Amino acid sequence: MSENENNINRRHFLKDGFWATCLAGLGVLGGFLLSKLKSNNTVWQIDPYVCVACGNCATYCVLEESAVKCVQVYEMCGYCDICTGYLEPKANPPDTGAEKELCPTGALKRVFVEDPYFEYNVEESLCNACGKCVKGCTVFGNGSLFLQVRHDRCLNCNECSIAAACPSQAYKRVPANEPYLLKKVEHA
Amino acid sequence: MIRFAIITISIAVFCLTSNIALALERFPPPEFESGYEFPSTTTPHPQQNIYEYIDTVVLLAALVLSSYLVLKKRSRRAIYILMVFSLLYFGFWRKGCVCPIGATQNIVLTIFDSSYAIPIAIALFFLLPLVFALFFGRVFCSAVCPLGAIQDLVLLRPINVPSWLESALRLFAYVYLAAAVLFAATGSAFLICRYDPFVAFFRLNGNLNVLIIGACLLIIGVFVGRPYCRFICPYSILLRQLSRLSKWRVTITPDECVQCKLCEDSCPFGAIRRPSVNWPQTEYGRGKKRLAVLLLLLPVLILLCGWAGSGLRKVTSRMHPTVRLAERIYMEDTGKVEDTTDASLAFRATGKETEALYEEALNIRADFGLGGWFFGGFIGMVIGLKLIAVSVWRKRTDYEAGRASCLACGRCFKYCPMEHERLKKLKEAAI
Repeated sequence: MSENENNINRRHFLKDGFWATCLAGLGVLGGFLLSKLKSNNTVWQIDPYVCVACGNCATYCVLEESAVKCVQVYEMCGYCDICTGYLEPKANPPDTGAEKELCPTGALKRVFVEDPYFEYNVEESLCNACGKCVKGCTVFGNGSLFLQVRHDRCLNCNECSIAAACPSQAYKRVPANEPYLLKKVEHA
Repeated sequence: MIRFAIITISIAVFCLTSNIALALERFPPPEFESGYEFPSTTTPHPQQNIYEYIDTVVLLAALVLSSYLVLKKRSRRAIYILMVFSLLYFGFWRKGCVCPIGATQNIVLTIFDSSYAIPIAIALFFLLPLVFALFFGRVFCSAVCPLGAIQDLVLLRPINVPSWLESALRLFAYVYLAAAVLFAATGSAFLICRYDPFVAFFRLNGNLNVLIIGACLLIIGVFVGRPYCRFICPYSILLRQLSRLSKWRVTITPDECVQCKLCEDSCPFGAIRRPSVNWPQTEYGRGKKRLAVLLLLLPVLILLCGWAGSGLRKVTSRMHPTVRLAERIYMEDTGKVEDTTDASLAFRATGKETEALYEEALNIRADFGLGGWFFGGFIGMVIGLKLIAVSVWRKRTDYEAGRASCLACGRCFKYCPMEHERLKKLKEAAI
């Protein structure tokens, strides 16, 4: 009987030892994480200088309507009459009134400023992040139109589905207090 | 007309270099005469920061409440209500992200990638359920986890899974955990998030393949209790091992077990352990020998599986986008494939050296070789220890909830006559 009791005690002792070890282990892990903590969360963002405007942003987002939208940095824009982000490459001459718009949803709007300049605006509710205008603007123009994750829409998934499908690995984790990677104006 | 000419030239330049990533200022911004001012680009801020703290507080509160309901109140109905609340809050309202299961990968990434800083909420989401498991058992699984809750709701016609099959299927969860750690440590992918079967239901939207897996699991879940929790969930592995040591845990009976066998079939998850029969004396010698062989087999298994895991590095490293890209570029350059992909075009547009890419990919593959030893070794160890565990005889006199397997759902409580006795006394005391 006494041997049996000893046995139980030994077992309890071992168990308590394991228990304390596990708790200490979790504590050490917690301490380690604490040393790496940042009060700021990270969010996903597209590096516009790496993005190739492949169109995956339109289809791979877990949201019904992609959280990625096209943005315009007006200081970079050339305000061109013939905008390669706005018109199809083989559009009719601008005086025919039958030019074809590049944007499939008509989200890129243009407003006359003064001769011969036009302001180009993205209507965010229509934009589906297909990147057609981005490609046109970046390849032939100044590249003032580019794609960005809009953080009022983004769910900030732990693994961004678009990031996993991005061919140029343009998605990055950025600090939540600076959640945008806007292109810098080069002429200054 | 000048602009037309510039466009033509730039098209020609593009065709020569096909360099899309570089932004050129081809058309200097105009100097407006009408006093036009540049509109500014809007940058709406993320709202997560407040929600994160709310989530963590709700998680802590739910864990405390769950522990109280499971161990003290012993009420299945209350547990059920808390479970539905968790499903609605963590699942449908917060869209199932971040969850402790996926947070495992963030922890691993923090350890291996010094540039990644972990948000406090994710660290707490990972640690809190484990600490609670160490004290109170798997109270997280019972009523807090939204993935467990959605499966628990569809469980209508539970059937018994034989224990050998259960153990065999559970091996998948160990492999899944090891793979998720391997891929997170190498910065390749967050496997658990990518194949989270129920998050698509929470968002009412998602990848079709994953949605099909989720639907299948729910259909299976009508008959087999919580298939994801028992056979797939990688986080459950951690919870299982910690709840083995828990200070307090679910007891079927609030008093002494009277061996009435009424609770025997009450658990849909096969977590109730019956009193053990005596080990036959004739088997004793053979059992000892078998145990000795298995103990010797353990290191062999670890090394063998580790070697196999390391040998798989060519396959496993393909999970990393850089390795995939390097293989693609190599195939294109050696003429094994004719066409190009978005990724290879994007790489060529950057103008980086192919050799540098190959070297980077080889380094990553070497990491996978080293990680493969741990990946395989872990699986080998699990198999070896499981074999030893089934060969060891443990004395058990009463019907008990399995320390590791019990999900603390509280279904068995009302099957115990002693519980009815307790409730009767409570009622009388209240009057």
